[in-house]
Amino acid sequence: MENSLTQYIELYREQRQAIEAAAPAALNALRGKALGVLETARLPRKGREDYEATDLNAIFAPDYGVNVNRVNLARNFTPAFTCDLPNLGTTPIYVVGDTIVVPDNRPDDGAIVATFAQARQLCPDVLNRYYGAVARLDDAATALNTLLAQDGLLVYVPRGVKARPLQLINLFNAGAPTMAVRRVLIVAEEQARLQLLACDHTPNTTQRYLSSQVVEIVAGKGATIDYYDMEESTPLTSRVASFYLTQEADSNVLVDAITLDCGTTRNDFYLDVAGERAESHLLGMAIAGAGQHIDNHTFIDHRAPRCTSREMFKYILADNAIGAFAGKILVRPGCPGTDAYQGNRNLVTSDTARMYTKPQLEIYTDDVKCAHGSTIGQLDEDALFYMRSRGISFDTARTLLMQAFMADVIDGVRIDSLKDRLHHLVERRLAGEAATCDNCPIHR
Amino acid sequence: MLEIKDLHATIEGKEILRGINLTVNAGEVHAIMGPNGSGKSTLSAVLTGHPAYTVTQGTVTLDGRDLLALSPEDRAHEGLFLSFQYPVEIPGVSMVNFMRAALNEKRKYHGQEPLNAAQFLKLMREKRAIVELDNKLASRAVNEGFSGGEKKRNEIFQMAMLEPRLSILDETDSGLDIDALRVVASGVNKLKSQENATIVITHYQRLLDYIKPDLVHVLYKGRIVRTGGPELALELEEKGYDWIKEEFEG
Amino acid sequence: MSENLNDNNKKKADEQDFLRQAADEEYQYGFVTDIDTHVIPKGLNEDVVRQISRLKGEPEWLLDFRLKAFRHWLTLEQPAWGHVNLAPIDYQDISYYAAPRQNNPAGKEIDPEMKRTFDKLGIPLEEQMRLSGMAVDAIMDSVSVRTTYRERLAELGVIFCSISEAVKDYPDLVKRYLGSVVPYTDNFFAALNSAVFSDGSFVYIPKGVRCPMELSSYFRINAAQTGQFERTLIVADDDSYVSYLEGCTAPQRDENQLHAAIVEIVVETRAEVKYSTVQNWYPGDKMGRGGIYNLVTKRGLCRGDHSKLSWTQVETGSAITWKYPSCVLKGDYSTGEFYSVALTRNRQMADTGTKMIHLGHHTSSTIVSKGISAGESENSYRGMVKVVQKAHHCRNYTQCDSLLLSPTSGAHTFPVIEVHNDTSVVEHEATTSKINEDQIFYCNQRGISTEDAVGLIVNGYAKDVMSKLPMEFAVEAQKLLSLSLEGAVG
Repeated sequence: MENSLTQYIELYREQRQAIEAAAPAALNALRGKALGVLETARLPRKGREDYEATDLNAIFAPDYGVNVNRVNLARNFTPAFTCDLPNLGTTPIYVVGDTIVVPDNRPDDGAIVATFAQARQLCPDVLNRYYGAVARLDDAATALNTLLAQDGLLVYVPRGVKARPLQLINLFNAGAPTMAVRRVLIVAEEQARLQLLACDHTPNTTQRYLSSQVVEIVAGKGATIDYYDMEESTPLTSRVASFYLTQEADSNVLVDAITLDCGTTRNDFYLDVAGERAESHLLGMAIAGAGQHIDNHTFIDHRAPRCTSREMFKYILADNAIGAFAGKILVRPGCPGTDAYQGNRNLVTSDTARMYTKPQLEIYTDDVKCAHGSTIGQLDEDALFYMRSRGISFDTARTLLMQAFMADVIDGVRIDSLKDRLHHLVERRLAGEAATCDNCPIHR
Repeated sequence: MLEIKDLHATIEGKEILRGINLTVNAGEVHAIMGPNGSGKSTLSAVLTGHPAYTVTQGTVTLDGRDLLALSPEDRAHEGLFLSFQYPVEIPGVSMVNFMRAALNEKRKYHGQEPLNAAQFLKLMREKRAIVELDNKLASRAVNEGFSGGEKKRNEIFQMAMLEPRLSILDETDSGLDIDALRVVASGVNKLKSQENATIVITHYQRLLDYIKPDLVHVLYKGRIVRTGGPELALELEEKGYDWIKEEFEG
Repeated sequence: MSENLNDNNKKKADEQDFLRQAADEEYQYGFVTDIDTHVIPKGLNEDVVRQISRLKGEPEWLLDFRLKAFRHWLTLEQPAWGHVNLAPIDYQDISYYAAPRQNNPAGKEIDPEMKRTFDKLGIPLEEQMRLSGMAVDAIMDSVSVRTTYRERLAELGVIFCSISEAVKDYPDLVKRYLGSVVPYTDNFFAALNSAVFSDGSFVYIPKGVRCPMELSSYFRINAAQTGQFERTLIVADDDSYVSYLEGCTAPQRDENQLHAAIVEIVVETRAEVKYSTVQNWYPGDKMGRGGIYNLVTKRGLCRGDHSKLSWTQVETGSAITWKYPSCVLKGDYSTGEFYSVALTRNRQMADTGTKMIHLGHHTSSTIVSKGISAGESENSYRGMVKVVQKAHHCRNYTQCDSLLLSPTSGAHTFPVIEVHNDTSVVEHEATTSKINEDQIFYCNQRGISTEDAVGLIVNGYAKDVMSKLPMEFAVEAQKLLSLSLEGAVG
């Protein structure tokens, strides 16, 4: 197969003026560097280290339309809807393709929530300082996103501010195959607090889409951030998402990656644990069935003393689903008191499903507590039988046990209403129904 | 036998012991009581040489020998024994190997030949009887999977094996039911002689019904604030520690 | 009081001195035997391959095998994926064949100097000297020196001899199995070994025979600037059993020496092979000078149903270790096991683990790996467990623990797990931690010195693996472990 990058590099060279005209200077400033990387780099193909199950080159190969001329894709979309998730009281932000709609009636809570274009006026320093500062440009998929990104969402929570919870709703509904270049930058200053719930949906089930996402998160001293990312898309949707997070001392971050339905998804999580006593929680859950492919790759880089990280990814695979998990915990020299746990538990429920897992520890400090565990298996036969002998049907017993299997990951969610909703969604998903909320207008 | 003079000790820069004076003679049983955080366990840790504590002032001698100059193992060889409040689990190391190493290193220190396997096992058997320790426990890994009572019994068993000059029982009664307490206490009493001495560290008077002290000391804020006969323990049991605190603060 | 502290410090310093001395003198096998040795000139090309084959009087088919392997090797590059610092090796700067000249070429009597060497290593070559029955194949540099108990074993139909002799005496067996488990195309070092392998052991256990004694190979590198490329082939026919031991040492030298061996094992229906290794090649000095590069391919094929292969290794030697004793579980209901203790110190680097490839249904495997890192060493577990779609009802359990004895050492775990069906269960658990200071203090309080306490704790930690070794070997291995720990804590 050809080098898929070529078409994007050509696109950039031909459309450079149009791409840069609409974009803030901070974005344009990094394109040259990104181009340099892409001229020599290749998108990893299947079988390469850390890409045992996923072919990024193939994901980017189709001829997708890119919205270079900033056509307003949200024009026909009426965001006259509030998510019915109780007690959240948020105003949702929509991203249709890569057109961002931030409602202007957001209550003033001291935080700035804006498109990058708006941020040029509202807080240019934040954008200039942090855009591209956390992401790894040497990663080809990230460089490609950086080469083509024209806008994005900035969430800036100044020192000590407790922001209202945010919802970010990513949608595909274009009438032609489209690649969205999505970008999020979150900066939470000292002692700031933020909870963000992102969900990816593809209401149009008949088109092919590709979502290229780069999320950068800066957690200042003592900041607390929850980032929930939920994908509920279609078999024709591909997603390549990279999350880059850097944590200062005493910060506490939870990143939760929930894949309820997908096409081909590759998620990368890079946690740079840079400040003392930082606490990182990385949770993941994937339920995949026919034609679905979910690959989570995580890297937790402990480079400060006395930090704690807790990682757990759970998968349930059915039909011919492919699941992959590769996780590394690196503890650099001079990080005593590190306490890191990484877990990956998988249920394989079909003979044609495949699971690849690669949990890794790389430790260079002696005074640490690190462990990982990984299992691939099935439901407990004795428990199944016991339940059935009490009159519970096979299917119900199975669903109950699978729910129980996912329960601890869901219980790691730090927003009660979201936790309840997730239990409900997982139950529906496992029962073979669409994993969508009852009153969600997106799915009507 | 044991002579503690003006002992001060700190942990992470924080002073816990602030001038302890205590003399223990052969054949005596001393009880050290005091409210939580008064420094009781610190005293036992400092005497046995726990590396987390720093002695900043004072002297401790055992039979005239400077205890503080010795490594923890040499203190043990000199006859100091601590029954830990929380005995440590050591997976994979059998009690037999553990005790044999302990005993023979002590013998070596005193210029004696090591015991051979037969002698050693015979000794194990004899001493086990003192605390009614199950043979099965003796063949398991050190404290691994032992119940709280078994751990404490195992401590006294080790005391019997090593025949210390001075034993410190640190909260040996904590977590014990009345039957286990009786077994442990009777073990301690059987090991008592005119040659050795015992320091019983406890929060409650209960244990002292079984192990009769000659003297009772009250430790408060890192100092011995009161010393008396066995009746002092009963008084504490009745009135609690508050009156001591008031008296001391006042 | 301050005087006491000074005393304490002085005592500490004395203790440190003592430990340093202990560390310096601990490699006991670093001597060189002064024996006349035939060493061919350095360098590697087709002529050298032909010369080795000629020196060994080999048949044409084996020369062909070597030449094919050599030509394939030329197309390969030295791999760079291990977590070790393996500098490019100058393969032209090594001699590929070194044979100690024995005074009595008939081989009935052993050269006295050679005998002394093996006595010194604790490997008596005279059968009556052995208390317990253990047959030994002693190999120095490129040739097998002596194989004991051959006649007694032959009565049962057990073949135990050097591979060179097997090529002459049992060509059909060797031809059938050589390269059947590790083809020369397998990897760079396997190709090299296939081209230049010198000697090694050959074992064949006929149908239904339980080998009555432990078989053992003892490898000794003696000559300088030579590589050792031994090749071991073990075939256990239906319903047979054998326990095989391997030991090795080398002299202390400042330059690195290459050891690239292949071990191939074929286990037929209901047969069982136990393969135990105590690897104690010279590890280099404290600064990382010298030591053996131990780059080894070991693999067994559980070909028959209900067959079983068990690898046990205690790794304390070598500057660089790179080996993954593996099991291909082809027969249904076959079992693979891997038990490993790897201790690294000073500047040693070990990258070791296993592969369990589940091809047959109801196959099971167990992996227990205990890494101990001291000094500035790097110790990695690398493993793969793979269950193919047709291999139903497979089971794997893996436990990998790492113990760090110094703040400057590294401990790493790199497992890969692939499962392609819904009836198999694979479990992997790993932990990394520092040696428990409470345990050490507890031992101290009972009068056990820190050194001895560490020895006790580490031996306890490694016990699950040590208990898999044959009795006599286990005692040796335990001593070796304690010895290697001296001066390793700090």
